[in-house]
Amino acid sequence: MAIVETESKIVRLDGTRQNWLEKIPAQYWVVGILLLIMPLFASDFMLFQIFGWTFILGMIALSLMFLAGYGGMVSLAQMTIAGLAGYLVAILGDSAITEISQGWPWYAAIPVALIVTALFASAIGWLAVRTDGIYTIMITLAIAAAFFYFARQNYEVFNGFSGFNSIHPPSLFGVDWRGPKAFYYLTLFWAVASYLFILYISRAPFGLALQGVRDNSRRMSALGYNVVAHRVAAYTLAAIPAGIGGILLTWQSAQISPGTVGIGPAIDVLVVAVIGGLGHPIGAFIGALIYVLLKTFSTDALIALSLSGERFRLLIGLSFLVIVFFSPDGILGLWKKFKVWQQRNPFEQSDGRDL
Amino acid sequence: MTGVAIVREYASKHPWWAAIIGFGAIVLLWMVFALWPAWLIDLIGKKKIFLSALFNGITLGGLYFLVASGFTLIFGLMRNVNLAHGSLYLLGGYVGYFVSEWTGYWLLAFPVAFIVVGFVGALMQIFVFRRMEGQDLRQTLVTIGLSIVFADLMLWSFGGDFFNISPPSWLSGPVETFFATGVKRSSGELIFMKYPVVRLAIFVASVVVGVLMWLLLNRTRVGMLIRAGVDDRDMLAATGVRIQLVFLGVFIFGAGLAGIAGVVGGTFQSVAPGEDIRFLLASLVVVIVGGMGSISGAAIGALIVGLAEQFGSVYFPTYAVVLTFLIMVLVLAFRPHGLMGSS
Repeated sequence: MAIVETESKIVRLDGTRQNWLEKIPAQYWVVGILLLIMPLFASDFMLFQIFGWTFILGMIALSLMFLAGYGGMVSLAQMTIAGLAGYLVAILGDSAITEISQGWPWYAAIPVALIVTALFASAIGWLAVRTDGIYTIMITLAIAAAFFYFARQNYEVFNGFSGFNSIHPPSLFGVDWRGPKAFYYLTLFWAVASYLFILYISRAPFGLALQGVRDNSRRMSALGYNVVAHRVAAYTLAAIPAGIGGILLTWQSAQISPGTVGIGPAIDVLVVAVIGGLGHPIGAFIGALIYVLLKTFSTDALIALSLSGERFRLLIGLSFLVIVFFSPDGILGLWKKFKVWQQRNPFEQSDGRDL
Repeated sequence: MTGVAIVREYASKHPWWAAIIGFGAIVLLWMVFALWPAWLIDLIGKKKIFLSALFNGITLGGLYFLVASGFTLIFGLMRNVNLAHGSLYLLGGYVGYFVSEWTGYWLLAFPVAFIVVGFVGALMQIFVFRRMEGQDLRQTLVTIGLSIVFADLMLWSFGGDFFNISPPSWLSGPVETFFATGVKRSSGELIFMKYPVVRLAIFVASVVVGVLMWLLLNRTRVGMLIRAGVDDRDMLAATGVRIQLVFLGVFIFGAGLAGIAGVVGGTFQSVAPGEDIRFLLASLVVVIVGGMGSISGAAIGALIVGLAEQFGSVYFPTYAVVLTFLIMVLVLAFRPHGLMGSS
């Protein structure tokens, strides 16, 4: 292997190495503990609607962030992939549409749903990687639209316009997983797991090679890497957080219909990922939190400003525009700029010369 | 090179494909002009249905060409995927509706829509795209944001109702064409197909627009500058051409075409929220099938997509919309840069 891992060994003054727990920065501890004790003081609405939805949307946006940030491929089909996983859980598992739902137990339905989703995502990836840059956006948008129309027209498998309802999570360990606290912890667990998964992949040899492909695909292929295979594999891997997010989304609203996988939601995932920032996996969750807060509370805010509450999309579109205009790296980029500005020496000009 | 020479060269290069295409063309001509025998009617239904699907497909293709040609022209020159193109189309539709309602002149709707939408396009080019030149992805993201904002602003000002632009009296009603669909049992006279005049007029207009665009691009100095810009815009700028003006002109023209297409679409069908996404997707599929940045590609792609949509809705009604996307996937799988695209 050409890549040499240089492990950073932080050595204390007395010569002992820090263990891995001590290496985690303080802000991670604060956020982690805050998230864990959240149910002690947050209302059920906050837990189920705000945070549950944030984590789910964050996972779907995370899959887009992985493809766009590390692979340089902006895919608008991630909501479609999430929606397919949700549909498959409804089709293979239990729902109110008993003529179609197969009624498989959860330990069969969920893995099969995720595997089929990953295969579907690989097929999308195989089509999409034949082109690059802005072409990818257009092709994945067209695929998302095709899936939406297909799901709306097909009554044999996807139950057409109405979709499926009464899809509940399995009551494992005697817990009602749709209860606010249980659902909060369920989504929190999978969000953290997806976050760590993507973080790990991005630092593993595969993720480094993918970033190499993003930066210079010709050089990577000259080095002997199979560029197409890396890109398609990125789509396959990105399907895992998206698929889990899609299943949780289906459980949260207990239904799935073509509206879930429409063109609006597909673009919203991109909006979320870009608002948060494509530079780091945490951006997806920051963007999701902002989106969910805006969507939930903008109605009240707009009415307070004596505007109609229906202007939510205007608000989200404008904030998206502002972010893309002033900080292409989203909120994370703004944060970095702020830090640089903070550390600046007021007696120096920005290029480092003395006044 | 003349048309005959192109056909001859193609036939010598790909004899099998040429034979298949030629055979298909003969079968199609026979199906259009001949009276159908009973076994064919048993197989795929009446000739009238087939002919109206064919005509609707071709005229819908004309409309798609109007929308997609502006889109592909802007992309070809500026590498800018304007995902707000559907919003410009819808804006043109609304403008056209109000102009033709207030003044009573349907024809007046076209120049007004062209000017208003072209003006919006000019504002977009000056205040948005000029600031982020060369950043393809960021420009595309901005157009997504703009399309969200435009869609909501239009919903706000015009409401969610359907509007229908009514064509003037001299264009309404059907006209008898010279395509026979059957024979009268009683007298033995031929029955000829009737077809709405306005659709034919609009199709002729879109062909005229296409030909004019081709002439503009291939026979004028401005067209030469645009084609040079498509090939290498840095080199063109280095020769002293004020490329920003060329960009602005092309953007206004492309946006104005979308506005005109909006008036046409409002007369064909209706103006309503959601049509912007529909026509954006249609133009995306058209240019992906035809090849990005190529006018002839847009024409072929629009024809294919229009025909696929109409024949799909007649012969496989459930999956008509999916059929067009299936064609796109097939084209992508074998020719990633589209039928007329250069790699």
